[in-house]
Amino acid sequence: MARISPKLLLRVALLGVLVVLLQISAVSQIYVFGTTADLTPLVVAAVGLLCGSMSGAVFGFAVGLFLDTALVQTMGLSSLVLTIVGYGAGRLRELRDPQAAIVPVLVGAVATAVWTVGFGLLNFLLGVDTPVSFLLLRQILSTIVLNALIALPVFALVRRWLGPFLPDDPRRRRRRAYTTGGLSPLSRA
Amino acid sequence: MYDKTVRRRRAVLGLLVVSSLILLTVYFGESRGGALHSVQRGLLAVVSPIQEGASRALKPVTNLFGWVGDTVSAKGDLKDTRRERDAWRRQAIRNEAAVAENAQLRGLLGLDQSPKDLTPYRPVTARVNGQSPTLWYARIFIDKGTNDGIRDGMPVLGSDGTDEGTGLIGKVETAGSGFSVVTLITDASVEVTAINVQNTTSGVVAPKAGNPRDLILKYTSKDDKVAKGDTIVTAGTTSSRPDLDSPYPPDLPIGRVTRVDEPGSEAQQVHLKPFVDLRHVQFVQVLTKKVDHNRR
Repeated sequence: MARISPKLLLRVALLGVLVVLLQISAVSQIYVFGTTADLTPLVVAAVGLLCGSMSGAVFGFAVGLFLDTALVQTMGLSSLVLTIVGYGAGRLRELRDPQAAIVPVLVGAVATAVWTVGFGLLNFLLGVDTPVSFLLLRQILSTIVLNALIALPVFALVRRWLGPFLPDDPRRRRRRAYTTGGLSPLSRA
Repeated sequence: MYDKTVRRRRAVLGLLVVSSLILLTVYFGESRGGALHSVQRGLLAVVSPIQEGASRALKPVTNLFGWVGDTVSAKGDLKDTRRERDAWRRQAIRNEAAVAENAQLRGLLGLDQSPKDLTPYRPVTARVNGQSPTLWYARIFIDKGTNDGIRDGMPVLGSDGTDEGTGLIGKVETAGSGFSVVTLITDASVEVTAINVQNTTSGVVAPKAGNPRDLILKYTSKDDKVAKGDTIVTAGTTSSRPDLDSPYPPDLPIGRVTRVDEPGSEAQQVHLKPFVDLRHVQFVQVLTKKVDHNRR
């Protein structure tokens, strides 16, 4: 794992606090097609994709803990699910290093699905004694679609915020390879 | 080197997962005055002013998105609204007669303490400055707390700005010095004893997960007559024991019956639509005083 500078750590911590406050204060009150966007899984997945699995998992845990505390929810619930989201996104980067423009959208959708379904399942395991409406499924799907739509700008913003301090940006590394005398893939043929 | 990295990564993941599980277990097992609950209260006291500032600063953005959404949905709502208007017109004519009759009966019985006048309950008006993002925990944050006389468990009323959209929306979960967290009636942890205004059938109002516009009136028996359109209000305290006071005063409107599944059977399930659209509440009133132990 690449070493994380104190400046990056500070920026990541600030990002975590900001995203939770923004989510509770504003985003949760904006209804689009009957549902609201959820920035938390998107930002956790973005940090995982940019910084790796360990950083993603730790960030997910911290954001989840802050979210549970700020919302007076059962502590540990969001932490558990968001740790998995951050770790999963980080592992994707470490194993595949995907560069396609669509990656943030797909990762955002999957992260939101894991977050909403995982949170729901844990609630059932903890014994929420209430009938479930079919509308819940529709709400979950709507949230996934809405989050997928905003995943690209959210990912871009997170990369812009953390970019200058990231130890190893795959895109930067690839660009550098062409400009420092390495062979272009086209010239190999 | 590679093995060391892999081992460290797995150890960190394991540690975080185990920490989450320990937190879950401890939180579930402890009382409301426990260590983790106290930490939550402490952090809320710090975060609440920041949250309130952020809420006010971002209000224009929220309103802009709300306006766009309302405009899109308004066209679709027009047809329904016209149909509802006609129904309401017919209902209003019937109500006029009922109001006159009701006033006479109240005069006869000496029931001049109308529940619509909430002044004796010392209502405190507060602004909503945050909302839970999950579909499971229905909570809102308000900008008044113990400094204004608000305590845990007090009932909260709200309005969504429509003519009928006023009624009970929840209770205070946690009150800090300048903030409170309100658990809405759509949260699985909230249940309210309620009666049918039309025939005093009683039951317990509970939520249905995932649908904030659908509540269930539980524990009605097969002989209870509940029909579509009936109004459900809070029952207040029904027990004579002082330790079983209801936190909710009687006759606070909750919702209107939308349908009854399997009517006339022991398994009948009564569905209500709450009067207040909980997604559009901006101001609330907390009733800070009990009157006559909230008895009818």
